[in-house]
Amino acid sequence: MTVLTVAALTLREASRRRALLAVVVLTAALLLLSGWGFSRLAAESGLGTLTSGQARLAASQLLNLVMFGLSLIAALGTAFLAGPTLSGETESGIALAVLARPVRRSAVLLGKWLGLAAFGSGFVVLAGLAQCLVVLATVGYWPPRPATALALLAGQTVVLLTLGLLLATVVSPMASGVVAVGLFGATWVAGVVGGIGEALGNDGVARVGAVSRMLLPTDGLWRGAMHALQDPVVLARFGAEFDGFPFLGEAPLSAAYLGWAAAWVAMMWALTAVSFQHRDL
Amino acid sequence: MTGGTPPSPPAVRCSGLRRRYGRRPAVEDVSLEVGRGEVVGLLGPNGAGKSTVIKMLLGLVRPDAGEAVLLGRPAGDPASRARVGYLPELFRYQPWLSAAEVLALHVRLAGVTVPAPERHDCLSLVGLGERAADRVGGFSKGMQQRLGLAVALVARPELVILDEPTSALDPLGRADVRDIVLALKARGVAVLLNSHLIGEVERVCDRVVILDRGRVAASGTLGELLGRRELRLRLTDLSPEAQARLAATGDVRRDGDGFTVALPAGDDEAAVPELVRDLVALGVRVHAVEPARVSLEERLLGILRAGQEDAA
Repeated sequence: MTVLTVAALTLREASRRRALLAVVVLTAALLLLSGWGFSRLAAESGLGTLTSGQARLAASQLLNLVMFGLSLIAALGTAFLAGPTLSGETESGIALAVLARPVRRSAVLLGKWLGLAAFGSGFVVLAGLAQCLVVLATVGYWPPRPATALALLAGQTVVLLTLGLLLATVVSPMASGVVAVGLFGATWVAGVVGGIGEALGNDGVARVGAVSRMLLPTDGLWRGAMHALQDPVVLARFGAEFDGFPFLGEAPLSAAYLGWAAAWVAMMWALTAVSFQHRDL
Repeated sequence: MTGGTPPSPPAVRCSGLRRRYGRRPAVEDVSLEVGRGEVVGLLGPNGAGKSTVIKMLLGLVRPDAGEAVLLGRPAGDPASRARVGYLPELFRYQPWLSAAEVLALHVRLAGVTVPAPERHDCLSLVGLGERAADRVGGFSKGMQQRLGLAVALVARPELVILDEPTSALDPLGRADVRDIVLALKARGVAVLLNSHLIGEVERVCDRVVILDRGRVAASGTLGELLGRRELRLRLTDLSPEAQARLAATGDVRRDGDGFTVALPAGDDEAAVPELVRDLVALGVRVHAVEPARVSLEERLLGILRAGQEDAA
């Protein structure tokens, strides 16, 4: 009961705060720009300067690139919502009146997490679907497994907001957002570095990506999503030339990795609950 | 079975509450009790630990030692707060909600059903009836404190804890709070009131607990704390017999024609007229007779200064 009440409250907060407006404006701008870009791509291939295979490869690469932009917006949005919603409320005194009610802190936390997860996932799925439709309308490309890709992107958002909530129980609201987004970026860079290591056959450098993907599963989930978005036929033909390219997912995610991501979220959530439970208000 | 319902446990009972922040003790061995329907004032200087005691009662701050029971349940159990209303000292409410939505939220969190008209009555009671649909973000500090009062009252509480409820209010608002507290008392709702405004406490509280540097410095009913009543007289033509009659009543201080006589505690109504009658019979000219009482403020300052001297 408390969980659902707080989840609904969190969704209402997300929808009424300026953050939502900012996210909507950014997303609309990204969709428009990408629509224009994809229509140029279609025009070029129509002129015969690109083969149809090259056009499809370019389209699937660009789709990954734009999706990365979307996932970045979702990451920024949720990380900066998760921070204020927990530590901001503790600092400002909003939490005092709420937690003096007959509620368990863990139930309040779970409600917040559920509300944020629903908000972040909802955004990623809607915006991602809109992007796929833009690509379909402009260049006629439809990704092989869009549902998997969107689910993995939603998972990435959930991972990041869980991290944001954990940080929010120990540092200030703004700092938690900045640190969460910073770690998200660092993991992505580490993933790119690891990819280059693989392309060069350097195990030490390749391990950087593998380790960072375990420590923070955002980049791993993102790579799985990319893989589900790109054209497998074209990839098989051109793949070897693109070794180490950051916007290419070489393999689908293993069940073990998905299990690890879920376990990671559960562990971080539990840590957050313990930290929040012991916090003096 | 003897039949009948067992006496309800007190609204608040805590004993030996202790809390340190680092090496600094904030609360040391605080015990207090608030009976059902009783209004108890918590007084003390800044940093005396009043808010910390309140937060420990509500499970917002963990005590290092001691135990607290709210309405018969241990304070650590969320269910103990089911019938408790709380206005925090640092009050702020979801700025993106309207006043009516804030009340609806708190009613849901409290797990009770309160129909919308009753919630609206609660807003009207604190003077926000006209602003029910307005976003809290646009409210002034005073209006937010009024909203906080409505939040504390809305879920039909049996115990209301008010931490500095008038800090942001104008004189009219303070009078409203006083009326609300008295109305709660009339309905049998227990109130624990933390306030700097001694006059406020003196007017509404049955009992007072004075905290100083984390400890209970004094506690009791107003009568017990302010026990010493005095009588100020202006007299001339005072014979030795008349002086003896004055001294027989209580300690006498003299300042020219002015005499201050301490009346014994629990004194009956007859003492003053009898004294005046006897003085007149002894030929004393009585110019003025004025009952006086030590104010709570004087008493509080006396207790706190005595504590400082002890510590020095």
